Amino acid sequence: MTYTYYPGCTLKTKAQDLDHYGRESLKALGITLEEPDEWQCCGAVYPIARDEIATKLSAVRALAAARDNASPLVTLCSACHHVLTRVNDDMRRDENVRTKANNYLKLPVPYSGETEVIHYLQLLRDKIGFDNIAKAVKNPLKGRKIGAYYGCLLLRPSKVMQFDDPENPHIIEDFIKALGATPVIYGMRNECCGGYVTLKDEAQAAENTNRIIKNAASKGAEELITACPLCMYNLRKHSDGTVKISYITELLYDALGLREELGDAPEACETADGIAAGCACKRTEKAE
Amino acid sequence: MHKIGVFVCWCGSNIAATVDIDRVVAEAKVQPGVVFAKDYQYMCSEAGQNIIKDAIKEYGLTGIVVCSCSPRMHEATFRKAASQAGLNPFMVEIANIREHCSWIHKDKEEGTEKACVLMRAAVAKVTLNTPLKAGESKVVKRALVIGGGIAGIQTALDIADAGFPVDIVEKNATIGGRMAQLDKTFPTLDCSSCILTPKMVEAKSNENIRLITYAEVEEVSGFVGSFKAKIRKKARYVKEDVCTGCGVCMSKCPSKKGLNEFNMGLNNRPAIYIPFAQAIPNVAVIDSTQCIKLNTGKCGLCEKVCTAKAIDYTQQDEFIEEEYGAIVMATGFRPIDASKFDEYSYSTCKDVVTSLELERIMNAAGPTGGVLLRPSDGKHPHSIVFIQCVGSRDVSGRGKPYCSKICCMYTAKHAMLIRDKYPDVEVHVFYIDVRTPGKNFDEFYRRAAEQYDVDYIKGQVGKVWEEDGHLVVRGVDLIANEQIILNTDMVVLATAIEPDPTARKVANMLTASIDTNDFITEAHPKLRPVESPTAGIFLSGVCQGPKDIPETVSQAGAAASKVIGLLCKDKLTTNPCVAHSDELLCNGCSCCEKVCPYGAISYDTHLINDHGVKETRRVALVNEALCQGCGACTVVCPSGAMDLKGFSNKQIMAEVEAICL
Repeated sequence: MTYTYYPGCTLKTKAQDLDHYGRESLKALGITLEEPDEWQCCGAVYPIARDEIATKLSAVRALAAARDNASPLVTLCSACHHVLTRVNDDMRRDENVRTKANNYLKLPVPYSGETEVIHYLQLLRDKIGFDNIAKAVKNPLKGRKIGAYYGCLLLRPSKVMQFDDPENPHIIEDFIKALGATPVIYGMRNECCGGYVTLKDEAQAAENTNRIIKNAASKGAEELITACPLCMYNLRKHSDGTVKISYITELLYDALGLREELGDAPEACETADGIAAGCACKRTEKAE
Repeated sequence: MHKIGVFVCWCGSNIAATVDIDRVVAEAKVQPGVVFAKDYQYMCSEAGQNIIKDAIKEYGLTGIVVCSCSPRMHEATFRKAASQAGLNPFMVEIANIREHCSWIHKDKEEGTEKACVLMRAAVAKVTLNTPLKAGESKVVKRALVIGGGIAGIQTALDIADAGFPVDIVEKNATIGGRMAQLDKTFPTLDCSSCILTPKMVEAKSNENIRLITYAEVEEVSGFVGSFKAKIRKKARYVKEDVCTGCGVCMSKCPSKKGLNEFNMGLNNRPAIYIPFAQAIPNVAVIDSTQCIKLNTGKCGLCEKVCTAKAIDYTQQDEFIEEEYGAIVMATGFRPIDASKFDEYSYSTCKDVVTSLELERIMNAAGPTGGVLLRPSDGKHPHSIVFIQCVGSRDVSGRGKPYCSKICCMYTAKHAMLIRDKYPDVEVHVFYIDVRTPGKNFDEFYRRAAEQYDVDYIKGQVGKVWEEDGHLVVRGVDLIANEQIILNTDMVVLATAIEPDPTARKVANMLTASIDTNDFITEAHPKLRPVESPTAGIFLSGVCQGPKDIPETVSQAGAAASKVIGLLCKDKLTTNPCVAHSDELLCNGCSCCEKVCPYGAISYDTHLINDHGVKETRRVALVNEALCQGCGACTVVCPSGAMDLKGFSNKQIMAEVEAICL
C-alpha cells in the first residue's frame, strides 16, 4: 500500500528521528509513504480568527495534493495533524473559508475537504490493525512500563479531531499493548506540556512538564512516549532523566527488531546552516 | 340555507398583536353563508361563550367557526357552548389562528392574511358539516401502573383506596425503585427506608393491588376505558408463592460474581439473591447469566438447600393478559453514565463515585455497613470534594441541557451528613449555582454552609487525577477569580438524571408523546400536567420531568385522582368522527383492513341493490366502537368508498379550495 505522507518541517530538522523511525517501520510493515512534490509548512498553529485565510493556504495545498494523489494524507507530527485536520474541516464546513481559499489558490480543481487526514497511529490501528502489528513484533517489549503522553493537539477539539475520547483516550495504550509492553494510565496524559509558551515563559512550561512526569512516575511509568516534537522538546528539556522519553515510532522500530538491522536514526540537524542547507541532503550524505 | 356565525378571539394580545382582528371580522362577514361575525378579547371566557350562545339563538345559526387557539385547547369548550345553545356540537369548526398563525408570525400583514385564509377554510368546511351523534364505550374498572417506585406505589395506593383494582408492573424483582436506595431524605433527614418500606408493605397487603414484579409490559392495544395489555412475567426460577425469603440459598450459592445492582455495583451478590432485606415481594430470583446450573447444568445447590422446595430451573417466561380502563406511566429515572465526563476520572479512579454510590456507602445496609470508607483501599477519607452539575445544564452535547433539580439539595444533604458524623472530614462543594426553591430547602442549604462549615466554591472543575495515593482536583474559584488545586481523598459527582431507558419503549407502545430528552410530554404543561395527550394515559413521577420525593408523591396523587375520575364513569362518550364505507363503491379488496391499526374493519357478504342492479358482494364494515378515526383507511381505499365522518374528502377538498382561492 502507498499513502501520501506529510512529514512537516520539524520532522526534516529537529525531529528527524521521529520521521526516520516512522518511515522505516512502515516499510517493514509493507507500507510505502510518498511525499508530495512541493509541500510547505502546515502553518504550525491553527489560526483561530474566523477571517484568517492566508495562513491556512499551505495546508489546503497539501490536502489538495493528497486528493489528486487519490490517497489519504498521513501525518505524524501532532501539530501538523492538528492544523491539517482543522483546516480540512473548515474547507468542508465553512463556506467563507472554502470560497476564499479557492479564490486565492486557483487550483485546477477547487478543493472542498475531500481528503481524509489520518494520523500515523490511526494508520497503524485502522489500516494495518494493532493485531497485525502484534504479529509482526520481533522484540516484544515485555516488562517495560510505558506511559502514553497524548498532549492536547491530537485530541482537541474532539468534535473536529475525532481522534479518541479526549478525557480518557486509549489508542496509544492499545499501541503499547500491541508491542508487548505494559501501558501505565495516569491522569496527566492528556494535559498540555506548555507548548509554545516555553518561548515566552519557560517556568510555566517547566511546571507543566514536571507535573506530567511526576504524575506518570507516581503511577509507575518508567518511560513516556509521544508523537509530538514540541511535547518531546518540553518534556526532555525539563525532565530530570529518571523517566525515559521517546517517540512512538522509535518504540515501534525497536519492537519490530529494526534497530539490530538498520541501526540508529541519523543525528538530527540542529544548526541554522544545516536547516538552511536542507537536512535531507545531509542524511543522504550520511547514508552514502 | 346555511347560516354561519364567525367568532374571532383576540386571546388578549396573543392573537391581536399579530393579526388585524377587524380585517378578519370584515372578511368573515362577506363569506358565502356567513350571517354573523364578531370579535371578543377572550372568546373562551364566560362572556365570550355567551356571545356565541346568544348569536346561535338570535340568528338561528346552523354552524359556527371560532377563530382562536388550537382545537386541542378549546374545541371541547366551544362545542359544549354550542350544544347548550341547541346546536349540534359537531357543527363547530375551529380556525387555529394562534399556534398556527399569530405565534409563529412576526409581520402583522402576513399574520392577518394567513388568519383570513384559515378562517375561509373553516367556513368552507363547516358548510359541509353534518350533525353527528357521539356513541358510548365501556370503562374497564381496573388500572395499570407501569413502574413500582415511589411514584407508582403512591398512585396505586390512592387508586386502590378509592376502591378500584390496580396492577403494578415492575421490571425489577422488587418494588421500591430509586427511593429504596437512598439513605436519608432532604430537607428533614428522615430515613428513606423508614418512610418507604411501610408503603411497600401496604402495596403488597392492599387487596385491590396486584404486584406483578420482574415483569414488563410487552404490548398494549385499545383506547381510553378499554386498553388491553400483554405483560411478560420473566422467569425467576423461584416459585414466588412458595419461597419464604429465608435466604439460605443466597449463603450457599457458589457463584458470587454478580454485581449488586442495589448497591450500584459497589459489591457483589450471589447468582440467586433477594435484592435487599426489605424487598417486596421477599422472594429470591436467579440471575440466569450468573447461575452455574442454568449455564452448565451442574451445581443445583440452591435446590438442595431450599426447604420450601421453591427452586424451579425449568421455569419459563409467562404472559398475563388483562384489560384496563386507564394506564399510568411511572417509569422513573436513572443517573447518567458518569464516564461520559472523564475529566473527572470516574472510569479510571475508584475513589471518584457518583452521588447514588455515595448514598449506598452512607447506608447502614450498604457495602460498607454505613461507614464512610473510600472504595480504593477502605480507608477513612479526610477530605471530600463534591462536584455539582455533572451532565446537567450541559451545552457540550455529552450531557443534558436541563437542570436535574434534585442535585443541589442531595449534595447539601451529603455534605451536612458527613460533616455531622465525621467532623474531621473537610468537605468542598463546587457549584455553578445553588438552586434550592422548595419548602425549607434554602434554609437547609444555608445550614450546611453556615453551621456545618461546608466549603462552597462557586466554579467548575476542569480535571481530577490520581497522584501518590490521593486525588487532585483542579478547578476555578470564580469569586476569588483564581485557579485552585485541592488534594483530596474522594470525589463525589452529582450526576444528572435521565428517564429510565424503558420509558421510550413504553411511551411508543402507549402512543404517549415524549420530548427530545425522553421525558413524557404532558397534555398541557400547566393545566394538564399529569395527563398524556393520549386519552387514558397518565404520568407520575420523574418520567415526566426531574422532581424530588415530595413533588413525586403530589404528582402521583394527582395522577391517581385523574384515574379515579375516569374509572368512576360507567360509559365514555366516543368520538363520532369515525370511518364508514359506502357499500355501493366498495369492492371488498381488503386494503383498508390491512392498514387499520385498531382492527376495526371486517367484511360482510350480502345482497346489494345498486340502483336496481342487485348483486351479492363482499364489502367492508366499520366497527364504530373500535374505530379511532385515524383516517388511514380513507387514504388507501382505491375506490374511494371509505370516508371519515366530520373529515370527509369533500370537506377537506373544500378547505383546500378555500385556501387556494
